[in-house]
Formats: sequence, C-alpha cells, structure tokens
Amino acid sequence: MTFLSLTDADRDAMLAAIGVDSVAELFRDVPEGVRFGRELALEPALSEQELVAHLDELAARNVSSADEISFLGAGIYDHYVPAVVDAVLSRGEFLTAYTPYQPEMSQGVLQAIFEYQTAICELTGMHVSNASGYDGTTVAADACFVAKHATGRSKVVLAETLHPQVRQVVKTYAIGFGLEVVEVPHRDGVTDPDELREAATDAACVIFQQPNFFGCLEPAPDLAAAANDAEALAVAHVDPVSLGVLEAPGNYGCAMAIGEGQSAGNYQSYGGPHYGFLAARSEFIRRMPGRIVGETTDAAGERGYVLTLQTREQHIRREKATSNITTNQTLLALAGLVHLSWLGPQGLRELGETCMSLAAYAKERLADAGAEPLFPDRATFKEFAIRVGRPADEVVRSARSRGIHPGYPLRREYAGMDDALLVCVTEKRTRGELDRLAEVLAA
Amino acid sequence: MKLIYERSQDGRRASSLPRHDVPPAEVPEELRRAEPPRLPELAEPELLRHFTELSTRNFGIDTGFYPLGSCTMKYNPRVNERVVMLPGFRDLHPLQEEDATQGALELMWRLQEILIEVCGLHACSLQPAAGSQGELTGLMLMRAYFEDRREHERRKIVIPDTAHGTNPASVTMAGFELTPVQTDPRGNIDVDDLRAKVDATTAGLMITNPSTLGLFDENIEEITHVFHGAGALMYYDGANLNAVCGISRPGDMGFDIVHINLHKTFSQPHGGGGPGGGPIVVRERLEPFLPVPAVVRDGDHFRLDYDRPRSIGKVRGFQGPFGVFVRSYAFIRMWGPALRAMSEVAVLNANYLLARLKEAYDLPFDRLCMHEFVLSARNLKREHGVSALDVAKRLMDYGFHPPTIYFPLIVPEALMIEPTETEAKETLDAFADAMLAIAREAAESPELLKEAPHGRPVRRLDEVKAAKRAVVKYGFDEHPDLSAEATAPRQLEAQKGA
Repeated sequence: MTFLSLTDADRDAMLAAIGVDSVAELFRDVPEGVRFGRELALEPALSEQELVAHLDELAARNVSSADEISFLGAGIYDHYVPAVVDAVLSRGEFLTAYTPYQPEMSQGVLQAIFEYQTAICELTGMHVSNASGYDGTTVAADACFVAKHATGRSKVVLAETLHPQVRQVVKTYAIGFGLEVVEVPHRDGVTDPDELREAATDAACVIFQQPNFFGCLEPAPDLAAAANDAEALAVAHVDPVSLGVLEAPGNYGCAMAIGEGQSAGNYQSYGGPHYGFLAARSEFIRRMPGRIVGETTDAAGERGYVLTLQTREQHIRREKATSNITTNQTLLALAGLVHLSWLGPQGLRELGETCMSLAAYAKERLADAGAEPLFPDRATFKEFAIRVGRPADEVVRSARSRGIHPGYPLRREYAGMDDALLVCVTEKRTRGELDRLAEVLAA
Repeated sequence: MKLIYERSQDGRRASSLPRHDVPPAEVPEELRRAEPPRLPELAEPELLRHFTELSTRNFGIDTGFYPLGSCTMKYNPRVNERVVMLPGFRDLHPLQEEDATQGALELMWRLQEILIEVCGLHACSLQPAAGSQGELTGLMLMRAYFEDRREHERRKIVIPDTAHGTNPASVTMAGFELTPVQTDPRGNIDVDDLRAKVDATTAGLMITNPSTLGLFDENIEEITHVFHGAGALMYYDGANLNAVCGISRPGDMGFDIVHINLHKTFSQPHGGGGPGGGPIVVRERLEPFLPVPAVVRDGDHFRLDYDRPRSIGKVRGFQGPFGVFVRSYAFIRMWGPALRAMSEVAVLNANYLLARLKEAYDLPFDRLCMHEFVLSARNLKREHGVSALDVAKRLMDYGFHPPTIYFPLIVPEALMIEPTETEAKETLDAFADAMLAIAREAAESPELLKEAPHGRPVRRLDEVKAAKRAVVKYGFDEHPDLSAEATAPRQLEAQKGA
C-alpha cells in the first residue's frame, strides 16, 4: 500500500520547519485522558492483490443477476447499462472532484448537471429539477417538506400502492417535520380517485406512484385532479424508464415529480448508491431542496454554469434552510444523463415498449401455466403481481434451485398476499427465459 | 462549449436494443405519452466526445492538488473501482434472499465492526446516505431516546458558531431547537458560555473535534462532563475524523453518537458532489433506536434484522449505499491498524503547510493544527483590497484547486486548507510557493488577483445574474441569450467548500 509519498528525509525536514521534534508532539493539544493508548484492533493490512482476492471471495458468496435469471424488481431494476456509462464515470476528472464550489474549476460537472436537470424536466414535464437527492425514498420526504411550507398544511397523503420503503422513510422524517401521514388503501391494485380526494382535504400533498408498486398503471390524471380539487399538491413518483411511453406528470396536473433514478444508468449494487430525482413546477423553485445549477455568463460574456439560488441552502440559511443536504448523488445522476442520452427519445420509447411487451407476454404465459394475475383487470408496465397457488417463499426457494429468481413475495409488504409474487421483466430477459419461468412455476 | 442538446440532430441515436419475438403491448390511450421528451439525439462517438470534453473542463484529485478544507480530498485508490464492479456486488439485487447475499452482509458486518473500533463505541448502522443524513439520523436517535425516557422537555441542541451549516439545518429538520455557543480566544468552545446554556431542556451537543478551525478542543473532557452531568447526549460530527484515527476515539472523548463521512476519511470518491456515505456509530443505550434493518451475525451466518421495536425506522431505501461500503472497506483493509499513520501524516502535512504560510497570511488562532487549518486574508484585504475570493481564483492560475473559503463563518476572509496525507512534500511546497507568490502579487499587482483566473475554460462567472435569471434548464428554441444582457462578474463572497 503506497498512498503516502513522504520519505524519512521529508519528515525530518517538515518537522524541523514546524519546529517540533516528533510527530507525537503535533498532538500535544489532545488531552492525555482522551488519547488512545493502544493499536487499533483491526486485521493486518492487505496488499492490493490480497485485497482483490478477499473481495472476490466475498462477492462470490452472493448470487447476482449474472448468476441466475432474475425477475426481481420492486424498486431496483436489472436494466442494461451501456458501456459508455462506465467509460464516462471512470474519468478521474468527474470521479475524484467534489461539489462544484469553484465554477471556473468545475465547468464540466456543472454543465453536466445542467444537462441532467434538463433531461429530468423533459422526462417529467416539470420546470425545475435539483441536481439529485439521495434516492427514491428521501426525495419523497423532501417533497413533503416543500409541500408543507408551500401550503402551510401538515397532513400528507400517501397511496398504499406507493413503494413500502418510500412510505416508511416519509414516516421516519414526518416526526421531525411535524407531519401527519395518512394512507389510502388500494382497490384492486390501484388507488380510487374519490377516496384520494376525500383523504386530501386539508392535505399539503398527495403522493402516488406511476406505475405503482404492484406494476399497475394508476389512473394518474384522475388522481392528480383529485389532489388538485382538494388544493393539495399532486406529487407523482415515477420510473424514468417508463416516461418514453407514459405521459409526463407535468402534463396531467402534478406540482412535483419525484423518483428513484436507478433504472436510468445505474447498476443494482445491492440497493445503492443510486440517485433520487425531484422536479417541480417553477413556482416552487425557491423552496427546492438541494443543489441547483444555473446558467450565466463570465467576465468576457461567455456562457458558463454555477451553483445557484444558494440562499435556500444550509451553508447560507443554516437552521432556516430548505434542507440539510450537501453531498448528493452527482456521479450517479451523471450516469443517468449518459444513459438517457445514449437512449435518446426513440430508444427510451423502445425500451419502455420492450419491457411492457415482454412483461405482458410473461403474464400471459404464467396465466397459461396456471398462475392467476392478482389484479387481472389492470394494465401493467414492466411488473405484475401474480398468485402462484402456494406460499410464495416456497416457490422462490424451489425456483431458485433451478436457476431462476421468480420475483418478490408480496407477503413481506402486504397482508393477505401469501401466495403472490411481484414479477419484474426488463429488456434483459428473453422470450426463452420467460417460457422457462412459466415452466418452472407450473411445476 | 455546446450543450449536448445543441449537438443533437433529429433521427440520430446511440442505442440499439434487443428485438424480442413477442407481441407488442400498448399503453392505454389516456395514459400514453403525447409528445416525446426532447432527450439528446447523437451517435455514440459524438456522445462520448461530449462527455470527454466536459471532463477536461473539470478538476479532480486525479488532476491535481485539491486542498478543499473539511472535505478531505485524498487520493481514491483505483482498485476500489475495480472491486465494486465485481458482478457479485454490482449485479446484486437488494431484495435477494439472505442465503444469496452472505458475502454482501459479511462485508457490511465487517465494516460496522471496524467503524465501531475506530470510534470506540458499541453499535453501528451503515444506512444513512451521506454525512448530513447521518446527522439527521443521529438527532432522530436522540429524540427517540428521550421520548423513550419520557424526557419530552429536552428540545434544545447546542451547536458552536464554527459549525457546518448542515448542523443547524439538521436540527430544524429533526424538530429540535438550536442553541448557539461561542468560541473562546484559543479557538476552543467557550466553556463558560456553554455552562450557562445547558440545562434540563438540553437534548445534546453537536460538534466536530477537531473543530472546523482544525483545532482539537482542549476542554473536551470538561464539555463531556457538563453534558453528561445534565443528562444530555454528545453528538460527534465525523467530518474531521481523518485527523484522529487511532489517536483519539470519539467514544473515549465521551461522545454517544458519531457519524462518519465515508467519502472523506475512508476514500469513497467524491464524484463531483456524491455519492457519500454517512454511517452512524453509537453507545449501547442508543442501539435499540438505530434504523432497520440491522446487519447482524449469528455464528457463521449474517442476516438483516427488522425486529427492532424501538427503531426510528428507515432513513433510506434498502440497506444503504452498498457500493460505498465496498470501497471504504477495501480502503481500510489496505491500511489495517496503520490507519493511525494515515492520520499522523495528514496532521504533519497540514502543520507543515501552516508553518510555511503563517507569516504571509493572518492566523487567527496561533496553535498547532490538526489535519487542516484556517488562515485569514484580512491582512491582504486591509492593505491591498484583495479578498479571500481573489486569492482562491488566482490559485487556479497556478494549477491548484482553491481551499474552502469564507468558512468557518467566525473568521473573516477565511481560507480553510486541508492537504490530506496523500500529498508529496514537493506538492505542498509548490502550493506554499504559490500562496506566498500570490501574497506578493497582492501588494505589487492586485489586479492580477482581481481578474483571475486567466487560464481556465471560463473567466469569473456572474453568480448574481444566475440567481436572478434562474435559467436552470435548456430551453431549446426559446433558450435565452444571457450574453446579450450586460454583465459584470459579480461573485458572492460566501462559503465555497466544506
């Protein structure tokens, strides 16, 4: 391990320049009573080669989607990540820079974030996007905070079809934010606009997910209208991969659009790091949490980019800031931008169509094989819930022994769904693999 | 240079997708997208050139010296990028069954054990996504702890005037109230001021140690005594942990809750502004409140434990930023117990730079520093009318990233310099030479500083115009031409860095 450059001669010269005799003397301000009197009880240092061998061994004890045919989704998706994403992210100028505090040193990342913000606004039909949030859960808490301050109301309404982890995180944050959280149960896999309208009375915002956690397509325009009827802000939690085929939330009355960005450009990576996105209509721009990049000009009149609207932020506004966030997820958002740019509008639409067609085929094949769709009347996107007629955990076990992970047991999130699996089909699955899934589940 | 949208031509594309022999499925018409999003349309060669050109307009640690105070911009070993791409980590689904994630869970458990040892505490949750979320999580723990004890009146969090802005912002988000405390003339927390502010309504203290001044608080034992004596808790913001690994442990100082910035001390690359990692490490009495799931070991088996009835819940999706854990774990395993040497050299490098610079710049607190130090350019401002901002911009012409400026807030014209352990003496000398040359230039040709930088892709940018016009996305055919609007490079003399 050779991350240090100082030679013994360097050290001696440096200590002499400082005017001390030893490195120990540099720590003279540390009171005797709090000095650590022994060596850290850590395992001995590894060489790079030994480290790689050790991590190879740990990684080999995981079963990834490279090892089995995976139909796991439920918020994190096995989409193809093109090679250009890896190429761009390995550039040290991006990888090893920090937040672009000094714009003249950071035009590359600033412009990239500006382009990312544009892409998110285009996808969602919104006017302003921040530079990213932590993930698809925390941006929901952020949206609630924006809504509370924009409306002066403290109730937030969550559709039960919103990802369970998103709801859990909102509830964790709600205590400190002073929010009351109300949930609206699903009716046959989707949210009923009338029930939502009733719940939204006096609410700051309503958050629903499109496509929802079950993969079903919500009557999203009706849900947004229901929220708007109650003068609550409509917030759609959306999957970027769906937005080539599904309407943008900004075009059906939503005030904000949020989501987990992983499916655009990020590997599954056991759940992170990924990025969350948060976009809003222009009237909320000064209430937005997080970094925002804006265009400007330099002393010579040339175009350039800077972090802007910083009077919202913690380093200026401190306890009155719109959020405490500093470090966000820039590199992962950059991956998203590269992937979306690689796809282009045509590719994004084809990707959505491909996932949807494959999933529809899988649903049909599974039904033929005796499994029963949990919500047969609902249109779905790339996921669907299906009853397998036996405890789902058992089915997962037996399918995995045959090289297939058939999906996520819904029992773990919802009561009364003991035999239900949430099956996800991305463009990485093939028709042959779907036939095989049907065969394995029929057995 | 052009925006990627300005390089776009209708009908071009980089992507090719597999064709599957299945019948097409249609979105119901009322939900179907009417107008496609205007994403870029480029073939792959132009796409890659665009991002490569952007990268050349950026500066990272791989490019050069980056002494951004309080951000710990150290070398990021490339082997970490290799191991994080192992398919067993990269392509692992977070809801995969427990028997198929044993390697990942073991890595997380091992990292927890390491962080517990480094902090001298009892239990760890890796879940928070970054330092500021770690802070918020720590404050949520305090709240849950006192509610559990029915001490509902404990609403106040004491924070020194040197603190990062995230600390007071987190206090508000957690539903607490802020009690500020002053710094004494030696740069320590003013203990008399502190005593007057701590009572039965105090929930806790939130500090970094060493502080953002780069100084180890000499009264830390007394501070602990005051807080624990009043039944309050001590929170350690680990932003500056790089100074004290193996030298002084937060738990031994008396802290009850610690967050660690994995992207600072443990070398997760900063990524242009993230991802980070903000694990929290706590004393035994706070363990029941940690986020779920906990990663636990039963003999040879590792599992996720959700059965924590007093837990504050989840603060982030799934198990946390796992890729960050892989990199930090790899980093620490290459150091082993010699992490102490890492901190020692970080402190040696900082003191060496301080020794070389303190004659030319004001030093508000004349002590040995820890891993960073804060100078003031107020002498240059007073004598020659040049500011910390001007010094920072001029440093760019010498090929260095500037230090953090205008922070901490109690030092006027602050220059907060953190070299880290991974820099060579030649680099430190070149930086010191540049800083000394700039101090001379301030006297001889101040315009050189005020008009800097001269050699970057852009000149100084107008931050006031950016905030006023708020052009935050490309407008395609309606995109405004801001260069047509008269401009002066008005930059805010406000915190940049930390």
